[in-house]
Amino acid sequence: MDQETIDTEYDVIVLGTGITECILSGLLSVDGKKVLHIDKQDHYGGESASVTLSQLYDKFKKSPISKEDREAKFGKDRDWNVDLIPKFLMVNGELTNILVHTDVTRYVDFKQVTGSYVFKQGKIYKVPANEYEAISSPLMGIFEKRRMKKFLEWISSYKEDELNTHQGLDLDKNTMEEVYAKFGLGNSTKEFIGHAMALWTNDEYLQQIARPSFERILLYCQSVARYGKSPYLYPMYGLGELPQGFARLSAIYGGTYMLDTPIEEVLYDGEAESKKFKGVKTKLGTFTAPLVIADPTYFPDKCKSTGQKVIRAICVLNHPIPGAGDSDSLQIIIPQSQVNRKNDIYIAVVSAAHNVCSKGHYLAIISTIVETSQPHVELESAFKLLGPIEEKFMGIAEIFEPKEDGSKDNIFLSRSYDASSHFESMTDDVKDIYFRVTGHPLVLKQREDSLQATT
Amino acid sequence: MLQFKLVLLGDSSVGKSSIVHRFVKDSFDELRESTIGAAFLAQTIKIKDTETQEDIDIKFEIWDTAGQERYKSLAPMYYRNANAALVVYDLTQKNSLSKAMSWVDELKSKVGDEDLVIYLVGNKLDLCDNVENRGGKEQEEEENKRVVTTQEADSYAKDQGLLFAEISAKTGQGVKEVFQTIGEKLYEIKKPELLAKKNREYGRNSSEAVDINIQRPNTNDPTSCCS
Repeated sequence: MDQETIDTEYDVIVLGTGITECILSGLLSVDGKKVLHIDKQDHYGGESASVTLSQLYDKFKKSPISKEDREAKFGKDRDWNVDLIPKFLMVNGELTNILVHTDVTRYVDFKQVTGSYVFKQGKIYKVPANEYEAISSPLMGIFEKRRMKKFLEWISSYKEDELNTHQGLDLDKNTMEEVYAKFGLGNSTKEFIGHAMALWTNDEYLQQIARPSFERILLYCQSVARYGKSPYLYPMYGLGELPQGFARLSAIYGGTYMLDTPIEEVLYDGEAESKKFKGVKTKLGTFTAPLVIADPTYFPDKCKSTGQKVIRAICVLNHPIPGAGDSDSLQIIIPQSQVNRKNDIYIAVVSAAHNVCSKGHYLAIISTIVETSQPHVELESAFKLLGPIEEKFMGIAEIFEPKEDGSKDNIFLSRSYDASSHFESMTDDVKDIYFRVTGHPLVLKQREDSLQATT
Repeated sequence: MLQFKLVLLGDSSVGKSSIVHRFVKDSFDELRESTIGAAFLAQTIKIKDTETQEDIDIKFEIWDTAGQERYKSLAPMYYRNANAALVVYDLTQKNSLSKAMSWVDELKSKVGDEDLVIYLVGNKLDLCDNVENRGGKEQEEEENKRVVTTQEADSYAKDQGLLFAEISAKTGQGVKEVFQTIGEKLYEIKKPELLAKKNREYGRNSSEAVDINIQRPNTNDPTSCCS
């Protein structure tokens, strides 16, 4: 009856169900576009999936542990949802904004991350996020605290059109170094402001104009102000819920989903230089659309390496992080200068409280940009902070970006997920692709059909 | 008010959405083709506590597949924390029962909750001229499109410990009763847990599979009766 032939013509074909692609698929479906969304793998999430422990062993270990041993040590496989790419959501960040406006919050529950820490001289300290916390922080001496307080007051009271709130600084002319100098902040304070609050991964920002740093610090402070403990949110059941939630949004607006469907051939119109995307051939048939959105793995020839590689180490623990109380979740930033590096090391910790591992376990994911030929050695300082490690899964990923903007061949590609600790660069990519695909900037509107409840 | 998540499963075109529409809006749209737009509906029913005779409000948060079942692309999110599942087949489609059976297997493997209530539902009863009920009107026999016997599905349901009913989303026959039964069953299962929670003041664990907020029902209110 309803086993009618599958529609073969679409407005957009999306390949890969990573978070970037799923958000775009959802947004375009809500816009009324007819979307076909395909993944070669049999699960949602692509590179940004959350996987079970058995999937993790298959992916990272040459000689997998037996099912009996694994279950004896770690419990039921289905209790595990381990993120392949560790990130947190900024409470006031753009991803939260998109989630709220599309009502995808309906499908995903979030928890606040309990702490944000920074590494200094062998120890971890809570990052002060407002004037009051700055006063009581052991990170600074008494005079530095006052200076820090003044700096944070400047950030929070700054108003674009009220010159007297600028205190003589011009965000578009002064460098961040000059801003720090104005407030007389010392090196170690600069370090945690730049790295643990503005979340820069290196020190290049010091010589750049202050505006981007100002905006990042403001985002951090506003995010903390919303719920108090940290600026971060994390979804129950792991980050893999996010692509699933946006895929559901897309499906509800008519998007068609095909998992476990490899692309046998990409079809083009025209020849050589002027050839344009026409469609894809799969086991379920041939589908056409005037354009395609895809992650880099579907068009490797059309991507180039950024020259950056990210090393990620997923560590399973059976205890909380030493020195961070009993926190069920936290971020630790190891600023580069503390460990003689060029890039910061991030540690994201989540636990059974988020339904990402079985009871009594913790997941700590360490990540950084590779700088030497012995990347695993670069993570030593981070491993030391974790205490005993039950199991470790390490992988190195090269960061790819599209060679072209897609205007010539109608193939619009996303970037690989970078080393940053949050989703802000990912949502920038979403907005950029959305603009290139539709020709207009993304304007978020509240979904109108909200909950159709009776009684 | 107790809130439960109910998911729908079954092959495309067995009438999953029509059943929900009958239940939530008490309407039937002959031309409903596939699920677009509203795949998240809510409906509240009242049941009675068999001991105290208190009225209990039960709210179903109903998840439709939004078509994602078609090419085996239902996300794990869909099953997560489901309290009840309606597994639907079409009484007039031979292989839809075996598809329903594989959905039952899928559910049992994906949902950890031992308390998951699964209701096997044969839809499109209006197309089946039940010979026993009609007293054998032979001239109408050609209209009987039933190909799945009641006995076949019933014995499978008993075997698997599922609730079972044959219904019609088109006429509404049996639809309300299915949801009423699920509500009663869930209340019966969750009641000890609810009472335990009540006594412990408040279980503030947001990671709990079921987010249940107890509202004290107004026992002596004559206007609050079952509809």
